[in-house]
Amino acid sequence: MKLLVAVKRVPDPEAKIRVKPDGNSIVTEQLKFVINPFDEIAVEEALRIKEKLGGEVVVLSIGPSEAAEQVRTALAMGADRGVLVKTDGAYADPGIIARALAEVAKQEGFDVLLMGKQAVDTDYGQTCGMLAQILGVPCASFAYKVEVEGESKRLVVVREVDGGLETKLIGMPCIVTADLRLNEPRYASLPGIMKAKKKEIRQISLEELGVEVTPKLRVESLEEPPKRQGGRKVGSVEELVRALHDEAKVI
Amino acid sequence: MLDLYQTEGLLPESSRILRHSVREFLEKEVRPGILEAFHTETPPDMRALAPKMGALGMLGAFIPEEDGGPGGSYCDYGVVCQEAERLDSSLRSFIAVISALVMYPIWRFGSEAQKRRWLPALAKGEAIGCFGLTEPNAGSDPASMETKARKVQAGWVLKGRKQWISEASIADFAIVWAKTEEGIRGFLIERGTEGFETSTIKKKGSMRASDVGELILEDAFVPDEALLLKSSGLKTPLSCLTQARFGIAWGALGAAEDCFEAALNYAKDRKQFGAPIASYQLVQKKLVDMFIGITQGKLLVARLARLMQEGKASFQAVSLAKKVNVALARECAAISRELLGANGIALEYPPIRHMMNIESVYTYEGTDDMHTLILGEALTGIGAFAKEA
Ligand SMILES: Cc1cc2nc3c(=O)[nH]c(=O)nc-3n(C[C@H](O)[C@H](O)[C@H](O)COP(=O)(O)OP(=O)(O)OC[C@H]3O[C@@H](n4cnc5c(N)ncnc54)[C@H](O)[C@@H]3O)c2cc1C
Repeated sequence: MKLLVAVKRVPDPEAKIRVKPDGNSIVTEQLKFVINPFDEIAVEEALRIKEKLGGEVVVLSIGPSEAAEQVRTALAMGADRGVLVKTDGAYADPGIIARALAEVAKQEGFDVLLMGKQAVDTDYGQTCGMLAQILGVPCASFAYKVEVEGESKRLVVVREVDGGLETKLIGMPCIVTADLRLNEPRYASLPGIMKAKKKEIRQISLEELGVEVTPKLRVESLEEPPKRQGGRKVGSVEELVRALHDEAKVI
Repeated sequence: MLDLYQTEGLLPESSRILRHSVREFLEKEVRPGILEAFHTETPPDMRALAPKMGALGMLGAFIPEEDGGPGGSYCDYGVVCQEAERLDSSLRSFIAVISALVMYPIWRFGSEAQKRRWLPALAKGEAIGCFGLTEPNAGSDPASMETKARKVQAGWVLKGRKQWISEASIADFAIVWAKTEEGIRGFLIERGTEGFETSTIKKKGSMRASDVGELILEDAFVPDEALLLKSSGLKTPLSCLTQARFGIAWGALGAAEDCFEAALNYAKDRKQFGAPIASYQLVQKKLVDMFIGITQGKLLVARLARLMQEGKASFQAVSLAKKVNVALARECAAISRELLGANGIALEYPPIRHMMNIESVYTYEGTDDMHTLILGEALTGIGAFAKEA
């Protein structure tokens, strides 16, 4: 099995994000970055498939040079090698990311390409659909359970949908996006980190890949969420229901 | 927290990745139970926790893979200690004891058979050991120890009592230091050896999430193979202490950081006289003092880790870092507790727990005074430990 996993470098979800005075980017100094948590789940799933069926796990990332740290983390979890497409300085929208991933995926070849269902920084969730379109392969999103069906080169993917689960059978090569409950990713252990030092990370630029770098998407402005209002005590259930209905408008 | 000197960038990428894993692991596995463990003086179940720490490489981080360790660096060991002590000093105690006081002496002074038998098991967290140097009548002055090992046919007979021994009552074996005719030597004594008993010290006001106890040796016989072959004289256990003190210098920073963060968050939140207390100059001064100390402490240990890795760190350099960073943690705990007002004495907030724990850390692994005397001797060439030197 040849497994590709796309991982994105994102700000630590625990960190407090501040908008720069220019109003369309965030302050990155002093900010801690991690692997997008959903991508971490995708890495774990790829490793489990490999542990069961053999093969190779290659980690791909599109991002600044510093994203090598996130690729290295995935290698420390157990992936075999990495490819980092450097965007240095340039803004890469989901279209650019999808085209870059598609180029690398074509070069590498694959049975299953896994990624998180969305990145927790921009929350677009568009890359997988675009990538599937470009590569002309099926895509199963929001995976809750993934199993390879015998020797058949088909994948059984159970998806979380409103009010239940949906089971899909899709042919390989294919794309799968990981949802929260797919698995619990392992930690990068010290022995794993030491092994990862010797693993290869191929670094290339978007230009070298021949990907058009003009974004189709522009960020107009970013705003911090409104400050949380303090709570209030109400006297009775009736009053609570009224407040929820008339003021908060949630029921 | 704010890292103006970008100290994290002084660490290798591998240690930064390790820090992330260790923090996530501890937050999930240990944080939820630590308050209750401290409050009820019931240490976490180390038989369950140690294998998980071992799987992550948190035990004996600096011991090479070919000797059964995780194969990391001193910086990795430091980072593990720092993250552990952010939670509670007892956890860092456990890690430092296993890494520096149990694995290190076996690695450096043990026989091939001892290394093969114990190092991989300790690194995996499947075995637990302890280190017995202190006695009821010998603390800062271990040369005055009373425990004796007498050579007999095919082995040794040990008699004496060790007190204030971390992990004593859960350990599978103890590294015991005893006087022989050729000076102080180390012995590996397994639980179950006739004449060897352990007990637990209760009603502690500090390190309440830690197992601390006694080792009692009543003419306990051990075979020749129990001797740490290459141990000779007091300098052998002292070299182990240097390894542990290095871990404490990092760990104390973790406790200091946790206290600082608690104080900063609280001060921004808590309003008195119509404004957050963080807006008052007296409060800012306290926060800044803590912050400066922690920044300096991080620079100190980042440099020290490199020296240790290169084998160039003197024991005096390690003493300096232990002394400085533990005193810092002690001060940060007190300031932080103060800034939290009455909430500062509630165990729901971390400062009072750190404050109580740090009292042990201030005393063990060489009291603050002992490190002053070590540095004083380094400067003047005159030892001031004993009346007649
Ligand atoms: C929680 C905990 C865990 C521990 N774990 C271990 C362990 O695992 N293994 C182990 O072997 N030990 C352990 N210890 C013991 C610890 O190492 C000793 O407590 C420490 O060495 C100090 O010895 P003491 O308590 O006998 O104090 P003392 O040596 O009696 O010192 C009392 C006071 O006198 C001062 N003093 C002593 N001599 C001088 C001098 N010459 N000049 C000026 N001042 C002096 C000291 O600084 C101190 O303030 C632990 C202790 C604690 C609290």
